Amino acid sequence: MAKKSFVGEIIRGIIKDNPVFVLVLGLCPVLAVSTSFANALGMAMAFTFVMLGSNIFVSLLRKQIPPGVRIPIFILIICTFVTMIDMMLEAFLPPMYEALGIFVPLIVVNCIVIGRAEAFANRNPVLPSIADGIGISIGFAAALMLLGSIREILGTGALKLMMLWSKDGELGFYPLSDIPGFSFVPNPIEFSIEPATVMVTPPGAFLTIAALMLLFKIMGDRKRMKQLKKEGYEI
Amino acid sequence: MIETPGLMPTEDLFPIFVNAMFTKNFLLIMFLGLCSYVGLTTNSDTSKGMSMAVTFVMTMSAILTWPIYYYLLSDASILKTDLTFLRTICFILIIASFVQLVEFIIRKFSPPLYKSLGIYLPLIATNCAVLGVVLLNIQEGYTYGASIIYAFAAGLGYSWVMLATAAVREKLIMRNVDLFSGFIGAFFAATMVALIVVSYFSVVKL
Repeated sequence: MAKKSFVGEIIRGIIKDNPVFVLVLGLCPVLAVSTSFANALGMAMAFTFVMLGSNIFVSLLRKQIPPGVRIPIFILIICTFVTMIDMMLEAFLPPMYEALGIFVPLIVVNCIVIGRAEAFANRNPVLPSIADGIGISIGFAAALMLLGSIREILGTGALKLMMLWSKDGELGFYPLSDIPGFSFVPNPIEFSIEPATVMVTPPGAFLTIAALMLLFKIMGDRKRMKQLKKEGYEI
Repeated sequence: MIETPGLMPTEDLFPIFVNAMFTKNFLLIMFLGLCSYVGLTTNSDTSKGMSMAVTFVMTMSAILTWPIYYYLLSDASILKTDLTFLRTICFILIIASFVQLVEFIIRKFSPPLYKSLGIYLPLIATNCAVLGVVLLNIQEGYTYGASIIYAFAAGLGYSWVMLATAAVREKLIMRNVDLFSGFIGAFFAATMVALIVVSYFSVVKL
């Protein structure tokens, strides 16, 4: 495998190997919790924790794991981190725990985490594995938050930007305008459109991801066409 | 202290059944098991095999996990210690080993069934619909009977959506609509089927 820079690995995870739009993996949480920006952010954080933890541990143990039983071992490692984040959410962020519900324990069977353990962390040293974990997590978070924002804007006509913050000793998700230094951000950001409630219901999730994928496909095709024209092909 | 629900169902079973099949459909409304949904609905034979296998494994895992949770992990169990935090890891191991066992048995005793079902079995161990159904059984506090009914109905709900989408996608592929083949077509098909279910059950109340 060619040596790549730390930053290069991260960028590859975000764009070329984007877990949601390119690899089309781990769609269940993406569609289910993208009803609002705040939920998407919470899910992305839980996912990042599990992804990094599993990539680091699989990569550290890669010489000890017997190839025949590697998948069950990956699942055990992932499950440890999932149980940890599940208990932490329950203890520190009960509203987010309620909102994400069953999708936190279900990170165990998320194809992205197992897929990266198998395809990357099991074959690479720790540092590239960390980079890969960060990249894939940012790619996942970007897709999730893009979907969440689009659905919230179209479905309610406004966007509430939230951030994990501790106020008066209470850890929680607060509007961005409550956080020192960000008070210029309006909350919620209003858009002058007629809200279509269908966008926050399940069919809206399918519609949004289908439309986004179509958009990316058309953009990709255009780029390829231009490339071909530049190389002198007649189309 | 978790109170153990009884073995015989005390709930009203009809709403549980209809909920799992339509109003809280696993694929369309709860978004569980979507990987197999986009991957395997290109062809109706594949989706038929996968649906049968999933329905079977879901029902069997509900039968296996409920007693283990209430008689081994919960603090009212024989061990008298609260081990409920181990539920995710226990359930995934039970499902995975059960799937492996079924694969061995089917391969040995019924090669034709193995041919039609066997190749999908390894995919099921990491299907979130199966883990989802057993976790929901615990979360909702269903009795043993109701949890089995719920798992079976969820499997049936999964099956009809798989078959309906496979029908739509086969048509799209046959007409050679290039832009809508692949994942995009699957999601547009899902949008249509989900809209039908959601709008129908927002008018017809159970």
